[in-house]
Amino acid sequence: MAKHLGKWLISGPPVLYLIVFFVIPTCIMVLASFRYAGEYGGLAPVLLHDASGAHLNLTLESYQEFFSDFIYSWLFIKTLVYALVTTFCCLLMAYPLALLIARSASKYRDLLVLLVILPFWSNFLIRIYAWMILLGPQSAFSAALNGFLGIFGVGPVRLLFTPFAVVLCLIYVQLPFMVLPLYANLEKHDPALLDAAQDLGANAWQRFWRVTFPLSLPGIYAGVALVFVPVLGIFAVPDILGGTRGIMIGNLIKQEFLEARDWPFGSALSIMLTIGAMIIVGGAALFAGRRRSGDV
Amino acid sequence: MSKKLLAASGIAVYAFLYLPLVVVVAYSFNNSKLNAEWVGFTWHWYQVLLSDDTMLKAAGNSLLIALTASLASTVLGTMAGYALYRYKLKLLPVLVMAPLAIPEILVGVSLLIFFVAINLTLGLLSIMLSHIAFCVGFVAIVVRSRLSGMDESLPEAARDLGATPFQAFRLVTLPLIAPGIIAGALLAFTLSIDDFVITFFTAGVGASTLPLQIYSMIKIAVTPEVNAISTLLMLLTLFLIVVASRLSPDSIRGR
Repeated sequence: MAKHLGKWLISGPPVLYLIVFFVIPTCIMVLASFRYAGEYGGLAPVLLHDASGAHLNLTLESYQEFFSDFIYSWLFIKTLVYALVTTFCCLLMAYPLALLIARSASKYRDLLVLLVILPFWSNFLIRIYAWMILLGPQSAFSAALNGFLGIFGVGPVRLLFTPFAVVLCLIYVQLPFMVLPLYANLEKHDPALLDAAQDLGANAWQRFWRVTFPLSLPGIYAGVALVFVPVLGIFAVPDILGGTRGIMIGNLIKQEFLEARDWPFGSALSIMLTIGAMIIVGGAALFAGRRRSGDV
Repeated sequence: MSKKLLAASGIAVYAFLYLPLVVVVAYSFNNSKLNAEWVGFTWHWYQVLLSDDTMLKAAGNSLLIALTASLASTVLGTMAGYALYRYKLKLLPVLVMAPLAIPEILVGVSLLIFFVAINLTLGLLSIMLSHIAFCVGFVAIVVRSRLSGMDESLPEAARDLGATPFQAFRLVTLPLIAPGIIAGALLAFTLSIDDFVITFFTAGVGASTLPLQIYSMIKIAVTPEVNAISTLLMLLTLFLIVVASRLSPDSIRGR
């Protein structure tokens, strides 16, 4: 009994806090997606009172609105494409770096990992702002690129406020999430396997594709999940760097809550986003599980 | 050949990670209104910053929120971390991990609806309550990892020698895991002072924080004053993170 008391006393307060400030808000948002919008923004009452008594004032309108106009599905698809491109580029850039760290002398490894982590502890907005400077029309980078394009007679291109700027910055902010799980996996590989492959006549290319790469698949799956899911909900990057062409689903959610003040529709979008992310991650996990069991 | 190629691509990726931040810092000392070409060295933008009342007010708010949120979440997070380590629980692990796993914007909008539903005026209090909610999980993870690295026989020995469970915790376990708790508190402070997304939805019109202030400056009129405040904020974060990583090497990988 005393043991149970201790358990409740210690786990009770954090459990209670997270129920009040995480679980209940989430439930309220799910309910909000079935409510009507209030006349002046916010939400209309759940219960309506009239001559016949109180009755529920709920609707599927927000979800119907989502499917009635292809523009919303299109925005979802676009967000998905941005997230896929970002994830793929992160993988391409992170792999050599993770491999380099894993194969460097063990006394340098912690420092090299710390160097990957530090930038992503700097403020999120500052990292976006940095790309605003780098891609701005007066920047040295823009000038150099346009000078180079000019040689081929291609007119000056604008970099800022384009989908390109959005994806580049998404890669930048998400890259460490790919490097860390990859490194954690690559570090554990037994170097004897590569020696054995070499003794058996495999060249560097074969050693990578037949030994290192297949063994690193769990690290790749972890990195892909860590990079992909947060990108789906990001709104600050497209908001600052994307202009009108670069917007993503997060921008629409933000707009419904703060500008259009259609909270039921904003809630419905948030729920569709969560469900979509869960389906993709669940599907990928199933796929990864099957691949792994199929290999054995 | 592949070794050189690997080293070259590794260095290129490090350059990609750091170049943008270096540019932000460099232009904070540039004697020009534009983030374009280097004109000359100046402290001007830092002086502008120090006489910018809205910015100072926002900095004050940020510090107050971060202090309160890190203090409260350290207490709750230490309890959660200890409970995760000591007992087999079903609900708590899910509650601790879920806010960290789902996109931040969803946490932000659901808290906004919640605060409006309970008629809480959006402002400092709503920001603090929200920050505590997402910091608890980070502290809990750091504390639990510190606990699992601890020699379990030490508190047991204290119990054998006649200490009550509370005495064993306070006099043996707590001092042993103190570095983990401090690292967790520093992380919570950093997360709180840096948070933009959740603050953006829960701040309302009344209260501003440094990230919100930076956001509105970026959106409306960019001057190197943004670079100056960014540089100071980065220095503060760098300091906190290096201290936290010294105390608990695994802690900073959690984010």
